[in-house]
Amino acid sequence: MKIQLALAVAALALAACSSTPTQPAAEIKEAGANPPATQVAPPAATPGAIPNVNPAAVETFNPLKEFSVYFEVDKYDVADTQISVVRGHANYLQKNPSKRASVQGNTDERGSREYNLSLGQKRAEGVKKLLVTMGAKDAQIEAVSFGEEKPKAPGHDEAAWAQNRRSDITYAP
Amino acid sequence: MSSLLFRFLLRGLTALCLPVLALSASAQTTIEIIGGGAQQYPIAITNFPGEAALPQGIAQIVRDDLNRSGLFKLVDASNLPVPAEPSQVRFPDWKGRSADFLAFGRILPASDGRLITRVHLVDVAKQVELGSFSYTLNAAQARATAHRIADDIYEKVTGEKGFFNTKIAYVKKAGTRFDLIVADSDGQNEQSALTSREPIISPRWSPDGARLAYVSFENRKPQIWVHEIYTSKRTLVGNFRGSNSAPAWSPDGSTLAIALTLSGGTQIYAIPATGGESRRLTTSGGIDTEPWYAPDGSIYFTSDRGGSPQIYRMSGAGGEARRVTFKGTYNVSPRVSPDGKTLAYITRNNGLFRVSTLDLANPGQEQILTDTDKDESPTFAPNGRMLLYATEVGGRGVLAAVSKDGQVKQRISVSAADAREPAWGPFNK
Repeated sequence: MKIQLALAVAALALAACSSTPTQPAAEIKEAGANPPATQVAPPAATPGAIPNVNPAAVETFNPLKEFSVYFEVDKYDVADTQISVVRGHANYLQKNPSKRASVQGNTDERGSREYNLSLGQKRAEGVKKLLVTMGAKDAQIEAVSFGEEKPKAPGHDEAAWAQNRRSDITYAP
Repeated sequence: MSSLLFRFLLRGLTALCLPVLALSASAQTTIEIIGGGAQQYPIAITNFPGEAALPQGIAQIVRDDLNRSGLFKLVDASNLPVPAEPSQVRFPDWKGRSADFLAFGRILPASDGRLITRVHLVDVAKQVELGSFSYTLNAAQARATAHRIADDIYEKVTGEKGFFNTKIAYVKKAGTRFDLIVADSDGQNEQSALTSREPIISPRWSPDGARLAYVSFENRKPQIWVHEIYTSKRTLVGNFRGSNSAPAWSPDGSTLAIALTLSGGTQIYAIPATGGESRRLTTSGGIDTEPWYAPDGSIYFTSDRGGSPQIYRMSGAGGEARRVTFKGTYNVSPRVSPDGKTLAYITRNNGLFRVSTLDLANPGQEQILTDTDKDESPTFAPNGRMLLYATEVGGRGVLAAVSKDGQVKQRISVSAADAREPAWGPFNK
């Protein structure tokens, strides 16, 4: 079930992002779309649950464009600039009560791994709470944390860290 | 600094062949020593007649151990006769080499087919024997025996217990592969206790040194395992809803303090070390994590209840907590020294993460020990003299060690891999 979710989400991410990820599709760290995913990539053959997705199908499958909520250093409250992203998903979950989402909190690599695991959990919980406030049901959403263990951006500078301080909203198929 | 580094590297290469030896013993691990103690005991250690029968010898491992401590200055012992008994020591020869201490020994066959190493330690200035030690071993125990010899010399000379014959654990990451490594205190003799494609963090030794508790993401969420390192038997002890992390052993080894997210945010709980029901110890609206038992059974932990992550202390039964750190806006990863007098932790200062200590009797007396920038996970040697920690050099994760006074620094690199999350084991029983 978990693997299926990861595969489906990875397939979705593959279809929705602007470049072809080199990570294996089953890696959960590819779950969730890449940031500002305004372009849709050419369809890629993946071993996921949704093979050979074409761009139009992605639009039909999920109208949401942004799956990540970004955070400031040390912060876990959702910034005003990020609220519209959460609202989009809250509306989607409200209209699709059978959908199940996972919110995965992440941090940059600096500081204590254990503290970062807790900080990631707070970032996931914060997004979950806001989703529920905006109309989603508590039972639809699971909040989990990967701390600093699954960085999306591999670099060691502020540009990379800013990408990694985020919560990803991902959907089970 | 660079000249100091050069001097010690040069010393390592010429007098001790340290990096060369480390590389030949194992192509995996390299040790680099930067700096030395202000006060060093000059000691000569002869080669041990008979040690050629042992692949890695004995005397050089003893010299390397003592050198790494920063408390000893190794004096050249070559081209002088190796005495068989203290009565044969020609003191003027050793005084001429400026040695205050001399250790010599030999390896003899035991009647049961094993070997006996006999070592004598003499005070050159006072011309008296300080001690003699005897060890029975088979060839596979040569390294451990050398570490025991170094421990005995260290204790006789400095008056405190040595830490050479101890184990360290750390996590090695190469590509997408994670290994939980158990090695000798010098980083040699590494063995993998667990291999995983998912992260492993927070290894912690049980007080008896037979088990490691750690956090593994192998089931796609953090869970706590207890792993018996001599039998490889492992038990899932922390598998509650949400995240399970930050295990810490109580001093008697019966209980683990852990961090759980049962109520949403991360809070500290206690569970039996064999697994079982959880008992909540903290109640805050923020993050409470990284519990660490002091020898008296009280618990230090990280909490952001005051608005930024700081270190607090509470009783082992939980409840009310008192704040311990006040300087700056980020103080995490508390570790109490084995004597209970010093707190080591990671402090952030201008974006740099460094190992700091404070005297628990005078908490205002904080001291930053390191000059590396991304320090994590400090861990005390069982005698409290050194701290091992993880840091980053040239974009790679390495382990580094620093003496409690900040004077002696070492770096342990693992080739083609990141080393992280070190944990120094207890004294060998």
